Amino acid sequence: MTLLEQFRLWLGGIWPGWEWAAYIVPAIVGIVVVLGFVLTMVIVFIYFERRLLGRFQIRLGPNRLGPEGIFQPLATAVKVLLKEDIVPSRADKLVHWLAPVIVFAPILLIFAVVPFGEGAIFADLNVGIIYVVAISSVSAVGIYMAGWGSSNKYALIAALRTVAQMVSYELPVVLSILGVVLMVGSLSMNQIVDSQNIPFILLQPLGFIIFFLAALAEMNRCPFDLLEADSEIVAGYHIEYSGMKFALFYLGEYGHAVAYSAIIATLFLGGWQGPLLPPILWLLIKIVAVFFVIVWMRSTLPRLRVDQLMGFAWKALLPMAVINLFVVAAEVLWLPEGLPWVMMVVNFALAGVLILLWSKLFVLGGGRVEV
Amino acid sequence: MKFERYGIGIAKGMAVTFKHLFRPPITVQYPEQKLLVSRRIRGNELVWYPDRCTGCATCAKSCPQGNIEIVTHEGDENNYVVDKFEVDTGRCMFCGLCVESCPYEALAMGIGYERAQFRRRQFVLTKEELRLSETRQPSGYARPKIEPTLPKQSLLVYWDREEGGQKLSLVPLTKKRGRGV
Amino acid sequence: MGILCGGIISEMAIKTEPFILNMGPQHPSTHGVFRMRVTLDGEVVVDVEPVVGYLHRGIEKLAEGRTYTQNIPFTDRLDYLASMTNNLAYVLAVEKLAGIEVPERAEYLRIIMAEMMRISSHLMAVGFFLNDLGAMMTPVLYMWREREKLLDLFEMVCGQRLTYNYMRIGGVSHDIPEEFLPALKRFVVEMPGFIDEYDQLLAQNEIVLARSKGVGVLPEEMAINIAASGPVLRASGVKWDIRRSDPYSIYDRFDFDIPVGSAGDCYDRYWVRVQEMRQSVRILEQAIPQLPEGEVCVKVPHLLRPPAGEVYGRIEAPKGELGFYLVSDNSIAPYRFRIRPPTLINLTALRDMVRGWKVADLIITFGSIDVCLGEIDR
Repeated sequence: MTLLEQFRLWLGGIWPGWEWAAYIVPAIVGIVVVLGFVLTMVIVFIYFERRLLGRFQIRLGPNRLGPEGIFQPLATAVKVLLKEDIVPSRADKLVHWLAPVIVFAPILLIFAVVPFGEGAIFADLNVGIIYVVAISSVSAVGIYMAGWGSSNKYALIAALRTVAQMVSYELPVVLSILGVVLMVGSLSMNQIVDSQNIPFILLQPLGFIIFFLAALAEMNRCPFDLLEADSEIVAGYHIEYSGMKFALFYLGEYGHAVAYSAIIATLFLGGWQGPLLPPILWLLIKIVAVFFVIVWMRSTLPRLRVDQLMGFAWKALLPMAVINLFVVAAEVLWLPEGLPWVMMVVNFALAGVLILLWSKLFVLGGGRVEV
Repeated sequence: MKFERYGIGIAKGMAVTFKHLFRPPITVQYPEQKLLVSRRIRGNELVWYPDRCTGCATCAKSCPQGNIEIVTHEGDENNYVVDKFEVDTGRCMFCGLCVESCPYEALAMGIGYERAQFRRRQFVLTKEELRLSETRQPSGYARPKIEPTLPKQSLLVYWDREEGGQKLSLVPLTKKRGRGV
Repeated sequence: MGILCGGIISEMAIKTEPFILNMGPQHPSTHGVFRMRVTLDGEVVVDVEPVVGYLHRGIEKLAEGRTYTQNIPFTDRLDYLASMTNNLAYVLAVEKLAGIEVPERAEYLRIIMAEMMRISSHLMAVGFFLNDLGAMMTPVLYMWREREKLLDLFEMVCGQRLTYNYMRIGGVSHDIPEEFLPALKRFVVEMPGFIDEYDQLLAQNEIVLARSKGVGVLPEEMAINIAASGPVLRASGVKWDIRRSDPYSIYDRFDFDIPVGSAGDCYDRYWVRVQEMRQSVRILEQAIPQLPEGEVCVKVPHLLRPPAGEVYGRIEAPKGELGFYLVSDNSIAPYRFRIRPPTLINLTALRDMVRGWKVADLIITFGSIDVCLGEIDR
């Protein structure tokens, strides 16, 4: 019984005969809360990333507007609203207009199934995790539309790289999620959080690493950000966008970061569980911790090249994810219930062995094509 | 050049970045805090001393671009009287060759570097504007007598140490900011 | 897509054709206003056609109307990231022509300034090479912190931070103030530790190695044939450094190694530059205690008239062999003032280095040559 369903029953008790109306009010309340949460988190993360990136680079981030610069995202938002909206003359107008919407909307939809507390979830779907995977694939189409719709060769290169990258990193994501699902026995996000007495990062380290790297690639963050590679193809797929459409892409990037951080926190770190503080605070702490690691990787690592990226997905992550799935299935079948320690030791050993084995395959210097 | 596999190279790099989180940032909050410039700075202006100038035009001859325009007439006591001494600081590249070549030390570089104007013709400075004043102080470039009177430069090598004496003090940012002081 | 599926499918079903991408004069990664018309087949580079001339200012012609001393500020603006060595090359050429001897203290000061300049220029080159790889300005900002320390020292000596105008015919223009040497000693003591930390940051990073090892190879034979010089030549395996092979000034009194790469790829060019920084610190450590007393400039006539003739003076600038070919006809201005830019001649190999590689490799190969448009276009 989620909180919203209890709210609906209580309202239905007050208005007998009007039960159909009691469906609408909790829905609107839930939508407003979830949207508010997502947009606030996105704006806070924009500020947080810029300050944190500055500290990694021995400088201050923005600190002029408001005390310590907390109004900077607001100023950014006002600035992009006031900018002129330029559409290239030979662009495909409908595709160009629709692309930012398709990139940004799925992020808001993902948060419908993230549990914020004991029963505090917008929609307790019993196929929650498949819903998440399906929705997050839609933004790949949006990025491709953005690249095609601006009549620009740089954007076209970025669009084709998008298709390759997004499609090939879906598989490791799904397979490592299946590892978690096997341990829980259900696809519902509530069940996944409830059954984590020990966080799954300790029980499935290899699954966590694979999911983290594949999620980085899905988010187009460093080191996989060749879609918007600033130094090569000059802003990639959003090169011809300005004004509010560019703001939607910008918010979409950070929205993806928030969404995937929330998914990682729910699946592997234990969701809202924690000793003393209220559950929503624990969820926020975990999301911020995952985001910190993402920003840390962004500030240190250079980016991969396209063929190395594809090789990494198909030759390294996918086989490791499949082997991980088989081993977890074997453990769930044959190991008795009350011995998680055995599972932990076996899984850590498996992670070490697989990483050592696959790094023997790492060769340098390939990639030249005969012209 | 040992080649590390297994992701250890990446982990070492990330450890270096993490260490930098704990070092103080080296940003200077301009315009509330300003660094002290060098004593020999070739700033964006010139300072002219009319009592020492004899109108010999050595400075005009040594400028690579011909920015200095001097018009004189013969005076009573076997000297030149300077009618017009104009320097086009908009075209000037502040190389300092004119200052080095003046035999009477009548020309000096300035120490100001915030000399933006709105119109290009405001950069052509006439006799009266080139004189010494409150806001136009000379720098010690090729003028060894002026050099010891100026404050010492703030150096980044001594940033967080007391020797060299250039520890900056932070002005709280709630004060006036943004529009310059 | 045809590349990914192998050649067979592209012959059967999908007809592809190459397209021309203009990496125009405004681009975040062409270091300056450099334009390339790249013919791409998918992501693979088929042909590169560089178009230069967007920064042409006519320095060689302007210099024919100015005296020898007035030309020194013009040489600052050639390779504006390494102005001291430009000044030094020109002044050495004029002194060779006119037969002027330079005092000892001036020689030592010139060496100290030139090596500091080499460290500063290599810091910038290495930082921006890593930025082109995609490391999001973090290595650049770490390098610039060290470069700031050097620029403060330059400002202390000659008053400017970028275009120094410090060398004169017959010596240098000013003596160093008394705070210079303690600050420089502190910098020299701290610098090797910083280079070690920098190596730990990115030199053994798997991603950097995967992106740059074996990429953009310049074979030794081709490097000698196109008259490459500087770190580009040394990374291809040729042990040629003008400070050793044709010593100028007093470089034969110092003890330093010449780092030589083996493969001639982008990683070796990056590695050679980092090692050269260490060797420059070694030269500075030897030169600072040996600095003698004395005057810093001999008296030359105000309007110098060298005897009629021609001279070619060259030095090892941070980017390669910078040479000045001067023809004089016994007047106050040079008759012909020709500059041999090292990066223009290194750049002629770009097309052969990148054919068959991808767009990302084109960018980093171009970055590893370390061009400066001021001296390509003059």
